[in-house]
Amino acid sequence: MSLTTTRAGAGTPTDAAVAQRRKRAAARRPLTGLLFVAPTAAIVAGLFLVPLAILVYMSFTDWPLLANPTPNGVDNYKNLADDSQFIGAITFTLLYTAIITVVLYLVAFVMVAIANSPRRGSRFYRTAFFLPYVIGTAAASTMWWVDSNDSLGVFNKALKSAGLIDHPVGFLDTPNKALFTVISLVVWKFVGFQMIVLLVGVQSIPGELYEAARVDGATTFQQLRYITIPGLRPTLALLTVLSVTGSLLAFDQFYVLTHGGPDNSTMTVVLALYNKAFQSFRLGEAAAEAVVLLVALILLNVIQMRLLRSREK
Amino acid sequence: MASGRRWRGPLSVAAVAALALSMAACGGSKSNTSTTSGNPDDGSQLTMWVRSATDQFSQRLVDAYNKSHKNKVALTIIPNDNYLTKVGAAAGSKSLPDILASDVVYTPNYTKQGLFKDITSDVKALPYFSNIAQSHITVASYQDKIYAVPHKLDSSVFFYNKDLFKKAGLDPEKPPANFADILDYARKITALGNGITGFDLAGSCGGCGVYTLFPYAWADGREILSDGGKKVDINNDSFKAIFKLYKQLSDEKLVDSSDKAQDGATWPANFLAGKVGMLPLGSPIVGDLLKQTKFQWGVTALMSPDGSKTSTFIGGDVAGISATSKHPAQAWDFLKWTLDENAQVEIIAKNGDLPGRTDLTGNKYTAADPRTKLIADGLKNGHTPFALPFGDLFNNPNGPWVATIRAALYGPDIDKALADGQAKIQAGLDAAN
Repeated sequence: MSLTTTRAGAGTPTDAAVAQRRKRAAARRPLTGLLFVAPTAAIVAGLFLVPLAILVYMSFTDWPLLANPTPNGVDNYKNLADDSQFIGAITFTLLYTAIITVVLYLVAFVMVAIANSPRRGSRFYRTAFFLPYVIGTAAASTMWWVDSNDSLGVFNKALKSAGLIDHPVGFLDTPNKALFTVISLVVWKFVGFQMIVLLVGVQSIPGELYEAARVDGATTFQQLRYITIPGLRPTLALLTVLSVTGSLLAFDQFYVLTHGGPDNSTMTVVLALYNKAFQSFRLGEAAAEAVVLLVALILLNVIQMRLLRSREK
Repeated sequence: MASGRRWRGPLSVAAVAALALSMAACGGSKSNTSTTSGNPDDGSQLTMWVRSATDQFSQRLVDAYNKSHKNKVALTIIPNDNYLTKVGAAAGSKSLPDILASDVVYTPNYTKQGLFKDITSDVKALPYFSNIAQSHITVASYQDKIYAVPHKLDSSVFFYNKDLFKKAGLDPEKPPANFADILDYARKITALGNGITGFDLAGSCGGCGVYTLFPYAWADGREILSDGGKKVDINNDSFKAIFKLYKQLSDEKLVDSSDKAQDGATWPANFLAGKVGMLPLGSPIVGDLLKQTKFQWGVTALMSPDGSKTSTFIGGDVAGISATSKHPAQAWDFLKWTLDENAQVEIIAKNGDLPGRTDLTGNKYTAADPRTKLIADGLKNGHTPFALPFGDLFNNPNGPWVATIRAALYGPDIDKALADGQAKIQAGLDAAN
């Protein structure tokens, strides 16, 4: 959209020679540019476009592990409509995404309030909140799996010695408890990143605005409503896109911690897809699920970008 | 010139690869593949994959082979849960190891998909062929060809802690004889308190359910999987009695509180720590039990609900040569060595595991301990279920069998849970056959 303005200078030549040289340079530019992007283009083609094309082809075939694939039209896609596990996974993934996005924001805002205060020790909190983010999701999930175990885990021991419970809680026993356990893990692990990004956003708002508002007699809430939140808008947009996309693709924490259980209640779309491919070895149907997921993600991101852009105006 | 030279490298590599592939393909189609005229112990490097359930067992065999041979086997141990995935991916990219072990229940999948090389003539040429565990040979055969031999043989049984029996006022020499006994003893042992429970069950583990619940029903005369794995029968009185007992054990809290989420990973831990009175499990934990000195333990066979008959799940692993192996003769040398009397007795039986040959069940180690003898003798009543999508339907944590177990144990209605499970598992079998 804004590209039209960048070459405006070329339209007003002051000297014929200069104009000539510029013209030649402009003619050469596309080729040079292409050369510059060629390595990246090759990598993208080799590692993304070709596999993507194979995936799409796969989704229209019955693809066994060793024998030759046989095309079967849109059967794989038709089967998806009747696949209760896949439909259930979509519902659960959307629910999980909604919960996690809201909870992450709420917790992160509280943490920003703590970490942004001028009091002593706020630097310590900043580091402490951020530390879990540097642990891999799979490693963190394994930690949580051990810690939430009835006899091995530290959670039950802590609650017991605090006198809060008599019997182990069984953190993964029921669908709700399992979902809660996963959410607590994800919040613990990712909220630090969310906090740091928000903190940068908050600190980039000029202090004079608050001073001026205070002089005009604005309340704390008014300052939040009319200065902080508008100032954070691009940051919030970025975090929402990251959080929504990340949650829709959630896999590791569920694979390690719950295996999609109990009773398939925590089955995400990617986990369902993985199971279909590598438990059931129905690669064609799994590819179809992947294509559906890809299309859904593209649509969702287009919508989010649109909303983001119109907000900026 | 330069460009010509540049291309020659890859082309010749491709030619060699094509040649190797065509040779492998020829090898696969001929029945007599592995044995070559030369000595197969020629210092080749072999690779072998096993699942973590057999890690120490396989390691002992590989170490002993490497020590006594020029060939060297490099063992890779893969977590149980990831085995199918890893093998699937490797099969797709033709990067399987020379020797591939497989849980017996997954084996039909692999033989059907052509992952193994046909070794029928080599196996049949063994002088003790008729004594190799037939349960394993059966699952490793597809369309009258043999693709693998027993790697590890195990069998499910009923363990109990004699010390806890004594403390609870029970006769430590009298294990439970039927379901009424199990419930009664579990109540008495749980009453000891101190975190001790009479029983332990794994409520989120399909494999555990197959391993320890199927034998109760087999003993009661049910076939469960029949017609070449095309028909399932779990909606019957035997399974109703089994789940009624287990539900009662869970409802009355006669089991460790981790039962609902127990996915099998830490299932034997409480029993091995001396905190559980009775535990149905299998011969793989015998080695650990023999080593520990905390408590005295006993063993009995898994029984029908009324206690009139017994049965066992003959499980374990088979090992075969992958279809893409470049060292089939050397790989067969290893497999053959593991079946020899020396390895079977001095390595496998000595550690408390079951030999894979029926003519060796009376060996000095197994026969010396009445408990291991009981386990070995029980094999004659054993079964190994067969179904192509077995892993997907029964072991898969998101599959219909786990759902059936959970609905029966923790849901309101056992009859409905079994009827639903029967329909879903049968649908899965229908779809795969």
